[in-house]
Amino acid sequence: MPRVALTPEAADVLRGLRADHGDLMFHQSGGCCDGSAPMCYPLGEFRTGASDVHLGDLAVDSFVVPVWMSASQFEYWSHTHLTIDVVPGRGSGFSLEAPLGVRFLVRSRLLQDGEL
Amino acid sequence: MAKYAAPGQPDSVVTFRDRYDHFIGGEYVPPAKGQYFANPTPVTGEDFTEIARGTAEDVERALDAAHGAARAWGKTSVAERANVLNKIADRMEANLEKLAIAETWDNGKAVRETLAADLPLAIDHFRYFAGVIRAQEGGISQIDEDLVAYHFQEPLGVVGQIIPWNFPLLMATWKLAPALAAGNAVVLKPAEQTPASIHVFMELIADLLPPGVLNVVNGFGVEAGKPLASSRRVAKVAFTGETTTGRLIMQYASENIIPVTLELGGKSPNVFFNDVAAQRDAFYDKALEGFTMFALNQGEVCTCPSRALVQSEIYDQFMTDAVERTRAIKQGHPLDTETMIGAQASNDQLEKILSYIDIGKQEGARVLTGGERADLGGELSGGYYVTPTVFEGDNKMRIFQEEIFGPVVSVARFNDYDDAMKTANDTLYGLGAGVWSRDGSVAYRAGRDIQAGRVWVNNYHAYPAHAAFGGYKQSGIGRENHRMMLDHYQQTKNLLVSYSQNAQGFF
Repeated sequence: MPRVALTPEAADVLRGLRADHGDLMFHQSGGCCDGSAPMCYPLGEFRTGASDVHLGDLAVDSFVVPVWMSASQFEYWSHTHLTIDVVPGRGSGFSLEAPLGVRFLVRSRLLQDGEL
Repeated sequence: MAKYAAPGQPDSVVTFRDRYDHFIGGEYVPPAKGQYFANPTPVTGEDFTEIARGTAEDVERALDAAHGAARAWGKTSVAERANVLNKIADRMEANLEKLAIAETWDNGKAVRETLAADLPLAIDHFRYFAGVIRAQEGGISQIDEDLVAYHFQEPLGVVGQIIPWNFPLLMATWKLAPALAAGNAVVLKPAEQTPASIHVFMELIADLLPPGVLNVVNGFGVEAGKPLASSRRVAKVAFTGETTTGRLIMQYASENIIPVTLELGGKSPNVFFNDVAAQRDAFYDKALEGFTMFALNQGEVCTCPSRALVQSEIYDQFMTDAVERTRAIKQGHPLDTETMIGAQASNDQLEKILSYIDIGKQEGARVLTGGERADLGGELSGGYYVTPTVFEGDNKMRIFQEEIFGPVVSVARFNDYDDAMKTANDTLYGLGAGVWSRDGSVAYRAGRDIQAGRVWVNNYHAYPAHAAFGGYKQSGIGRENHRMMLDHYQQTKNLLVSYSQNAQGFF
């Protein structure tokens, strides 16, 4: 079952970012200032490894954006479904959307029994 | 009660410029691409200045300036550098109110905190490193009668520093003071959410430093932070922020084979043992305040005591008292000295906190108080305010595991010591923790058993210079706020000297 989804508004932002930066990826961050937020990078900019979990791929038109999270964090998140949304905002580590005056944000809901 | 006039008002103690450029090579320099971004105050949500939108070209220019200055600065005597740091502290002290109001306007935090904590701590921090650099000594190891190893500390050269937005001036100071004391030149990137107060600081102290020793390049992480963090021309990167960017910075550093120091947040447990409530006395009152510390700085602290663990026998009464204490927190205009909790630093921060309150409710956590955005009315309606929130739930819930970075505490009960330690350590992070007990041996054991770099025992949220601060586990690498941070800004040079007149005998 899909663990990740995208709002139409976030998909619009991804279309623009892909036009400027090429293929994209998300890595969900952990704590502190700009943290607990999905970070969007050019594909491959952030090197995932054995300590990461591939949560799924977000399809936008003809391209897909993989979503990753560290495996240790996933242990605490695995019971929730994540929808990547976007809100007006400022700053988010090295995430690509920040200069646009918006910020990706995760909205969560509990996975139902059938989804687990 | 007093309320400071807002910047821009005729009687304000601080006036921001309409625009701030980069500070490079001792002067203000416009951005290469000529672009600026608007900077709002979280107090009202209104823009109050615009800031240079730095790019790789600006970072290169700042690195040129820093490399031009690093050698001479690194050769100054420690007395000279200590004097400069002391003068910076004196200048800040003489302008404490101005800096405090600037910080409150840029960040949204209550002025009673900037006046009583952020600025006094920053001032003392410069003085502390002025002191320890004078007291630092190298070493001599006598290998044998004629062979001596001399150990010298030398500066790294040019270092990059990326500053968070939660304590913009204090966190800049935590990084600047040891770096400058150790003889490095710095390129510093402030957070794009709080880019203005550092320039009020720079204007006050610019004449005290040789041009190029301290350079400030503003801008967004992806446009200015990344070129700095990935540059082959920095000898070290210091970063405070979150885990994914921390990993990315380590990846860049691995390409350049340079060290990093990272401070990456936490989910700090605040543990209250039964005997805390043995009497209704000053200590009990102190413990209740300790619980309420989750609201300090609107909860935007990496060490926010965002998980409270309370022992079963006192749980009901303690939580009744703790919720009452939380409800007594005065929320209001951040420039009012009576206000205890101000605005969250940005709109997206507000949105993120509300999204966590939402998932907390979905997971079945019970809201004991708060749990919503606060509309304070008037001009503050556009600001970013959240009511202090107490959740009751289970340590497996996401609100117990993720750093919300807002005035939200998640509370659970524990039965005995082992249960408390198990829950306290059931987290990815290990930055801070609190332990409250009247029994010194319990407090000591708990303090040692909790896997965190800083455990406050019978107090919380004190940050004196001379007490090491840094993380276990995924909370980062390095120890700030202490002499040992000098090691992170210095190389060790070993001079191995032979005083023998005779050949070694190999050839």
